[in-house]
Amino acid sequence: MLKTDVVIIGAGAVGCAIARELSKYKVDVMVVDKREDVGGDASKSNSAIIHTGYDASPGTLESQLVVAANPMYDKLAADMDIPFSRIGAVLPAVTQEQFEQLPAIKEKAFNNRVYDVEYLTAKELLEIEPNLNPEVKGGLYIPRESIIDPFILVQAYAENANANGASFLLNTEVTGITVEEGKIRAVQTTAGEIRADYVVNAAGLYCDDIAAMVGKADYKVVARRGQFFILDRNTSCKVNHIVLPIPTKITKGKLMCPTIHGNMLVGPTAEDLDNKTDKSVTKEGLDSIVADVTRLVPQVNIRETITQYSGLRPNRNPEGLHVDTYEDIYGYVNLSGVRSTGLTLSASMGKYVAQVLRDMGLPMEFKENFIWKRKGIPRFRELPEEEREELIRQDPRYGTIICRCETVTEGEIVEAIRRPLGARSVDAVKRRVRAGMGRCQGGFCGPRVIEILARELGIPAEEVNKNIKGSYMIAGKNR
Amino acid sequence: MYEIACDVAVVGGGPAGLAAAVAAKKEGAGEVLIIERDSALGGILQQCIHPGFGLTYYNEELTGPEYAGRFEEEAEKEGVKALLNSMVLEVDAQRSQVLCVNAQYGMTTVKAGAVVLAMGCRERTRANIMIPGTRPAGVYTAGTAQRLINRQNEIVGRTMVILGSGDIGMIMARRMTLEGAKVVAVVEIMDYLAGLTRNKVQCLDDFGIPLKLSHTVTRIQGNERVEGVWIAAVDGQKVPIPGTEEYIPCDTLLLSVGLIPENELTRAAKIEMSPVTNGPEVNQFMETSAPAVFACGNVVHVNDLVDNVTVESMKAGASAARYAAGNLPAAGSTASVKAGENVRYTCPQRIVTGAGDEKVTLYFRVLQPEKDVVIRAVSKGHVLAKRKAVRVNPGEMEHLAVNPAEIADGDITVEVVKEA
Repeated sequence: MLKTDVVIIGAGAVGCAIARELSKYKVDVMVVDKREDVGGDASKSNSAIIHTGYDASPGTLESQLVVAANPMYDKLAADMDIPFSRIGAVLPAVTQEQFEQLPAIKEKAFNNRVYDVEYLTAKELLEIEPNLNPEVKGGLYIPRESIIDPFILVQAYAENANANGASFLLNTEVTGITVEEGKIRAVQTTAGEIRADYVVNAAGLYCDDIAAMVGKADYKVVARRGQFFILDRNTSCKVNHIVLPIPTKITKGKLMCPTIHGNMLVGPTAEDLDNKTDKSVTKEGLDSIVADVTRLVPQVNIRETITQYSGLRPNRNPEGLHVDTYEDIYGYVNLSGVRSTGLTLSASMGKYVAQVLRDMGLPMEFKENFIWKRKGIPRFRELPEEEREELIRQDPRYGTIICRCETVTEGEIVEAIRRPLGARSVDAVKRRVRAGMGRCQGGFCGPRVIEILARELGIPAEEVNKNIKGSYMIAGKNR
Repeated sequence: MYEIACDVAVVGGGPAGLAAAVAAKKEGAGEVLIIERDSALGGILQQCIHPGFGLTYYNEELTGPEYAGRFEEEAEKEGVKALLNSMVLEVDAQRSQVLCVNAQYGMTTVKAGAVVLAMGCRERTRANIMIPGTRPAGVYTAGTAQRLINRQNEIVGRTMVILGSGDIGMIMARRMTLEGAKVVAVVEIMDYLAGLTRNKVQCLDDFGIPLKLSHTVTRIQGNERVEGVWIAAVDGQKVPIPGTEEYIPCDTLLLSVGLIPENELTRAAKIEMSPVTNGPEVNQFMETSAPAVFACGNVVHVNDLVDNVTVESMKAGASAARYAAGNLPAAGSTASVKAGENVRYTCPQRIVTGAGDEKVTLYFRVLQPEKDVVIRAVSKGHVLAKRKAVRVNPGEMEHLAVNPAEIADGDITVEVVKEA
């Protein structure tokens, strides 16, 4: 039987951030997730933006957490080798009606304590963002809106938490939570029972199902699908900032921005689903993105797309971000309504939940030997020549390119598999080192990555999955 | 930094690179070096274990590995050197050198008298054609599945639909069937075959595999692994016709939806590109806009027969050797070759005149299938060459030879017109 102090359900951005925060203290933490890899569901398919909170609803917990989180990313990124850039956002008004909305948006930012939003004239906007619609009337500049590698952010939280003692139980589904005499006693999982006094429900899309296990199903999660395009790094029409539309009453709208790796990201849609599984992209959805974004950036060349994907935001009904505790279940913390701002607010949510647990009575003594730094996997593509030479001298596998589109070496892939909480699937490799993330989408490196995974894990190729159980890549040997 | 010097450096050791290297040697080049990322020469031919290669070049039918083998033997005999397991990261057209990486030597610079680009092409993906639906395992490009089955001895699925009637798609339909998989249908959005007619006969008809023209895949279904695909008939604008949707349960979707020349290095070297072929523009010597840089094979334009690649690549290799030795005729004036009626593009796109009267073969593809046509090259109203064709098809490359000495000033237009 497993035993720990705190079980965190869900290894997405928020779950892993909480684990990292708790690992600063002499607290035993175990993160449980049903997927084969850390990185969650919504945390790995979003717009990869670290928001400022300028457009949140002032006074809400969500506003408070997003606004607090944004400044934390400089240190997080530096400490844990996370690709991150403060490229800033522009909010161009392309109609007179939109132009008239700008003061209200600026005031809302102010009410959210985002004080560094500035007006830009049409001329100034077109100077810093020449591909904008020339009809632009003026707009706002939000300097601290930033971009990040969302996969590496979650891996960094998880790896660093793990290095500081937190354990991770992947491929494990929570089946029940045992409450005795008004206190958390244990978590039942497909890998057996875990005895624990505290449980944090950070299950995102499935947090209502977990809440139902302790009889606290007073809300529902509604999956709000967002579809996206990724464009080729060499696309003919790029933008330098996060180009945000003026929000309407119904939606925040569709944006275009660079990714931290130099591609262009275009999207998302916002479609409420009646299920939590349909991560399809649809013709209607993709067409609507093109129609909307073309109004902001008329020359955007969608034919240069290298992939399309969709993610499901765990919206709450009734709406709102909640961190709930219950008098009749001592030790239980329920997070719900962690939606599109979840990636951003993971950084502050870790601290917030730690405080909630402390308030509840969890003894939290700071570890003197906490390891702050996490070293990432070397990124051959980005290294200067001497460092490339040095890497190859140390390990010749860094001299063998496996993914030609993203220039990823065998050394990086092997390191991704071998390091603690290492990759166990083709997608997990892709999310760590970008093999298969380029324009051929794994057509060339796919078979080689399967070979390397099989070799490193000592399993037959038929057992290598794309991601979760059942997503096999190879049906069998030839006859 | 490890340094290698040679007369001709060839980027890529597939059929184009091999032919170019052999021809460079035969033209008298001293050191000829092929830089190849794979652990063996032969390129994509290594996984093309089916016959059908060499029918025009050798007048016999060979498999891909046999065809490549003949050139490998010849390359060895001629003393061509190869740097295997080496990925080229950068081509410096100005300095005529190549930066590559290799596990043994680390970062390596190859300084050459001339460089031949022979990187081949890559397959268009599901994302390029934006197929809606989920993103499960089991969606493969035909070439990737071909590598797995023919080089790694692994089959990707048991029941499949193939989208696109390109040659690789049809050949894989047969290969998968022979290996025990069920190919439910080959689906083609156009109202005509994309690949060679002979492949339809030998790979689909002979195995009773249905070809559905004017159909496409409208949706992929399945969360972990493909569970099925939806197909539908399309109208003249290639838009799915409502009410014609049909669900086909399967575990695999193979895509044979076109090839794109692999020109990241070419673009980064700022070499002039053709927006139609997505390859570098070349003259009859297969010389690109950068002096000292030549290009051949599928990196220039996607061929359907390796035999054509060989002929074109030998020209590139020989020209590179002459350039390295300072013997390539300097450009007199240059005529542009224009794509006229029912011609999508031509290769070469430029002809250097005043460089002798050696005939230049213009390769091209038509836009639309047509019957009983005249193919001709016209310069200022003067017909340079013409021939009749019973049938032309976008899937089959056409050619026409012209004498550069006969070109008047100005452009040449290649056109395919109905017989008067």
